[in-house]
Amino acid sequence: MTIDETPADLVAADRVAGRLYTDPELFELEMTRIFERTWVWVAHESELPGPGTFKSTYVGRQPVIVTRDRKGVLRTLLNRCRHRGASVCEKPFGKANGFTCPYHAWSYGLDGALRGVPYPDGYEGVLERKDISLGRLRTESYGGMVFATFDEAAEPLEDFLGDVRGWIDRFMAQGGGFPIKVLGRHRFTFRGNWKIQLENTTDGYHFPIVHRSWMASVDAETADMMSFMTDPTAVTHDLGHGHSVMQMVPEHSDLAADDGTEPLQARFDHVVAELSTELDDAAVRRVVRAMHGTGFNLNLFPNVSMSAAFFRVLRPIAVDRTEIEHIAIGPDGPAALDVVNRERMRVHEHFQGPFGFGTPDDAEGWDRVQRGAQAAPGMPIMVNRGLAREKPSAEGWPTSHVTDETGMRAAYAQWKEMMGDD
Amino acid sequence: MTEALSLVPTTDARVARAIDLIWREADLLDRREYRAWDELYADDALYVIPIDRETDDFASVLNMVYDDTRMRRMRINRLTEGYAIAAVDAARTVRTVSRFVPLAVSDDEVTVRSAQILVAYKRDHHDLWAADVEHVVRLGADGDRIVRKVIRLVDSEAAVPAAGFLL
Ligand code: FES
Ligand SMILES: [Fe+2]
Repeated sequence: MTIDETPADLVAADRVAGRLYTDPELFELEMTRIFERTWVWVAHESELPGPGTFKSTYVGRQPVIVTRDRKGVLRTLLNRCRHRGASVCEKPFGKANGFTCPYHAWSYGLDGALRGVPYPDGYEGVLERKDISLGRLRTESYGGMVFATFDEAAEPLEDFLGDVRGWIDRFMAQGGGFPIKVLGRHRFTFRGNWKIQLENTTDGYHFPIVHRSWMASVDAETADMMSFMTDPTAVTHDLGHGHSVMQMVPEHSDLAADDGTEPLQARFDHVVAELSTELDDAAVRRVVRAMHGTGFNLNLFPNVSMSAAFFRVLRPIAVDRTEIEHIAIGPDGPAALDVVNRERMRVHEHFQGPFGFGTPDDAEGWDRVQRGAQAAPGMPIMVNRGLAREKPSAEGWPTSHVTDETGMRAAYAQWKEMMGDD
Repeated sequence: MTEALSLVPTTDARVARAIDLIWREADLLDRREYRAWDELYADDALYVIPIDRETDDFASVLNMVYDDTRMRRMRINRLTEGYAIAAVDAARTVRTVSRFVPLAVSDDEVTVRSAQILVAYKRDHHDLWAADVEHVVRLGADGDRIVRKVIRLVDSEAAVPAAGFLL
């Protein structure tokens, strides 16, 4: 940035500066002004199934532990000892009564309270144990999605989500009447800025090009389902606060609406056969029709997308390095559903993860953006596709075709707002 | 009869046949000769890169790769047909496979555990992929075939780069 340029000057309605991907100073500002201020997704409730369960993760670059305390309350704690800074937990998931620092054995409860200090006589008159706890972040959840924020004054999560809430409800309907649970996760890194990935889950335009290899490998019905390029009913809405929803398969946006005419995909015949011995026809149809998830990607600013049948979570590591998780999900119910979840994992493996038929091609595209954007950092990245055909929907959401860049414009408008105020 | 772990040396003729096959496989993969590589596999073979290093019940969990012959052939198409930009611009790889330990040896089948160190080079970066590998090789008069290969990466539960090649 030049002396009198502010970050907000780098984003216009139809373009952003290429430096948004490459400038380390901007990255530092993003960490404090976005990731340490807004609601950041940290977990799905099924990852914390009972009292004492925990998950280690990050909010921005800061390591945290999400816990469910003895009363069942979800907490997000900084993974940093109050004595001299050691991490108190290095397990990705687990169950515990609390956390004991390995260095001098200060111990903390699941709510972060300091419980014990060895050889306490040295602290007489200098430490009041009851005043000290692991750092705590505000933690709230909606529809099973758990978020945390460093900002004590942040608006309530439900206000931050706003119109997104109805779409979360629709997304969770893919359980077919059962709750949703996490089945497993793929983790991979790419050499590029986090916003390249943020853009990608609302980028319908790249799909038939980058994913031609995946399209060529799936059955005709699945390929047909993903042929939204020229479908005028496939649209993207800007939902406000940087969030957007991209409806690739509009007939599956509201899974509860089913007139019974759509045939189930033949590739799932064996699932139907096995499931029919345990569930009635209507229940089987609900679950199998939702095998590919919902028909949309719901993109939440800044770090999570609820993408068709999985969660995509991004973690910025450095200006040019990002980690992605693709979290597979499925219905949580009787053992009869195992065949459904096995099949959902096979569908997930086919596209996602470091060896999927889709993800490595995406990652190659993103690497290339990061490399190309080194040239002419002042030259804009264009996000103007469909600007002239963007219109408000009946709900008042700016709306354009699913291949347009409406969702990216939504995210950058939020970026501009958050980066602009100090 | 199956002989117990560690009693059979790697110089045993049956084990040596399996190791020969494993080295030929490593060479074909580094040279990206995927169609010739496919010839080394039996029709009922499984090729797996698990996320959970401890499990053998791959069907019930999420894996990085869980390929039967149908998926393996589709993957070979993907890696060779020229549509997949990650495969077109794949990293160059060099791997060594060693530290062979025969786990089960019979006249029909040999199970061998080994260590694989692979270096992948692409655009000024070297990535290191280290793994414990397990091969089950079926010995046959018409040629030896791999019926199972499981690649357990040391960092299978961590984030790895997205790959345009095979382990
Ligand atoms: S650093 Fe944790 S107890 Fe000393
Ligand atoms: Fe993609």
